[in-house]
Amino acid sequence: MDKVFLSYNNIVSAYGFDSLSAISQIENEVSSLKRTEDERILSDPFYTSRPTDTIVSEAFELLQPTKKYTRLEKLLAISLASTIRQSNIALTNRVGLIISTTKGNIDVLERANPFPEERAYLSELGTQIKSFFQFENDAVVLSNACVSGVLAVAVAKRFIDQGRYDHVFVAGGDLVTKFILSGFNAFQALSKEPCRPYCKTRSGINIGEVAASVLVTNDPNKLTKESVEVLGEASCNDANHISGPSRTGEGLHRSIQLAMAQTKLSASEIDYVSGHGTATQFNDEMEAIAFNRSGLQDTPMNSLKGYFGHTLGASGLLETIIGMHSLHRNTLFTNLGFQELGVSEPLNIIQRTTSEKLSTFLKTASGFGGCNTAALFKKVTANG
Amino acid sequence: MANDYFIQAYSHIRNNQIWHNGESIFTADSADFSSFMKAAYKHFALDYGKFFKMDSLSKLAFMASNPLLNDEPEKNTALVMTNKAGSLDTDRKHQTTMNDYPSPAVFVYTLPNICLGEISIKHQLYSENAFFVFDSFNPSTLHDYANALLDSKKAEKVLCGWVDFEHQKHDAFLYIVSKSGTFEHSLETLNRLYQTP
Repeated sequence: MDKVFLSYNNIVSAYGFDSLSAISQIENEVSSLKRTEDERILSDPFYTSRPTDTIVSEAFELLQPTKKYTRLEKLLAISLASTIRQSNIALTNRVGLIISTTKGNIDVLERANPFPEERAYLSELGTQIKSFFQFENDAVVLSNACVSGVLAVAVAKRFIDQGRYDHVFVAGGDLVTKFILSGFNAFQALSKEPCRPYCKTRSGINIGEVAASVLVTNDPNKLTKESVEVLGEASCNDANHISGPSRTGEGLHRSIQLAMAQTKLSASEIDYVSGHGTATQFNDEMEAIAFNRSGLQDTPMNSLKGYFGHTLGASGLLETIIGMHSLHRNTLFTNLGFQELGVSEPLNIIQRTTSEKLSTFLKTASGFGGCNTAALFKKVTANG
Repeated sequence: MANDYFIQAYSHIRNNQIWHNGESIFTADSADFSSFMKAAYKHFALDYGKFFKMDSLSKLAFMASNPLLNDEPEKNTALVMTNKAGSLDTDRKHQTTMNDYPSPAVFVYTLPNICLGEISIKHQLYSENAFFVFDSFNPSTLHDYANALLDSKKAEKVLCGWVDFEHQKHDAFLYIVSKSGTFEHSLETLNRLYQTP
């Protein structure tokens, strides 16, 4: 079986409209979360990270659209346009498109929204993006809660392994809406301050908004300096509860074990773990249990939620892309917001951005419905 | 990757009727989907209180998967489901209530993959899950994805199909892909079985 790589990538976020603008600020330990007052979304002030409407619209106009697009479509299109252009790959029938989103254009259900309600169908979002870029193949829309972004990378690899595609563009995005914030608020899961993953004083999540995209390819001639090989990936359900994380970390532990079993790596050979770390009490505790069961308690790890908040369907993809850059720069990024360990099992939380020789990393995510996904990546060296 | 796979069993739910391997196993003259599901629940003596907390999409997926998974000993059975409406039926509920009394019990079902979690809990499956959204039944994607899971040994069997619910209209077609069975796992078979219960 051919190797499968992650290659050209883009992050559209409050930091800027390419991956490097985010990476350079993360390296400086600067969060993009801002205290926000927006009563259309939540009556109380909240912390979030969003690119402003004006700069999104300006960037989108440069793509010369011929009709009106929703905010999420604009974000996804800006990100994908960059990744497609960089990769210089013709969009033939060997090229797939996967969209990772939990809620898609959910804002069109708002009465004041000018778009027709049909736009709320996730397949319609896929169709809009497909035709904007004139992909030959239909978009595959994956909507699997908060593991969608990293599962989308795994799905892309599976389709390439199966011979369906040679290249897959994976794009992920979700909006910060009243729909989402009122729901997480009803769960009393929202933090009133910038989130503190794995910290003793953590008080819940922030929701953020980004669009991210990456090329997944079997072509070793289409690699970038931060490219990684996908070594193994797996996704397991907790079979326990639809909204509460497993108390034994069952699904996450199993996902990590199965992903590792596809590689020759042992736990001690994983250089860095990019956790999910939403900063809710139960999620972070569950992760600590799963990582200890998997023998990863000494491996340097972080959650990147302190930089962007939880970006839902984009998060797993966004954090995988940052992991690629982390490896390339041989730099461990600090787990922003962390002060003192607040989970029942030991974890090696990165507390200061440090230089370290890195060649492998594990990305994990967990979500509603009891879903978990783990994926292992290895740096591609200059001579392949 | 030249493994041959088969359809081991399949089910349909349409127009207030449930079929297992093409044979009708329950029908009810119900006014709405909720009472149809309640009648089916009683008929099959399910004894699973959580069922009544589920949203319509989860009830539909749960009820369609039940005849297929009840006697299925293979626990490494992946769940791969697809539909058009996603969780829009419940999304609209949350959208209308969120201003006054947003409910966690409604909000959690505003994700289509929750139905996979419900099935995993009931049948104790710690297996692969994925939920995809398409404009219509998409046998080609399901076929390739199921084969990928089986070829890579990520799953021993795959329960896949279409579970769509919106405005009381319900359409479920689920099937188990396995190493043995009656029908060949091909696009032709999937199209034929989807059309006719």
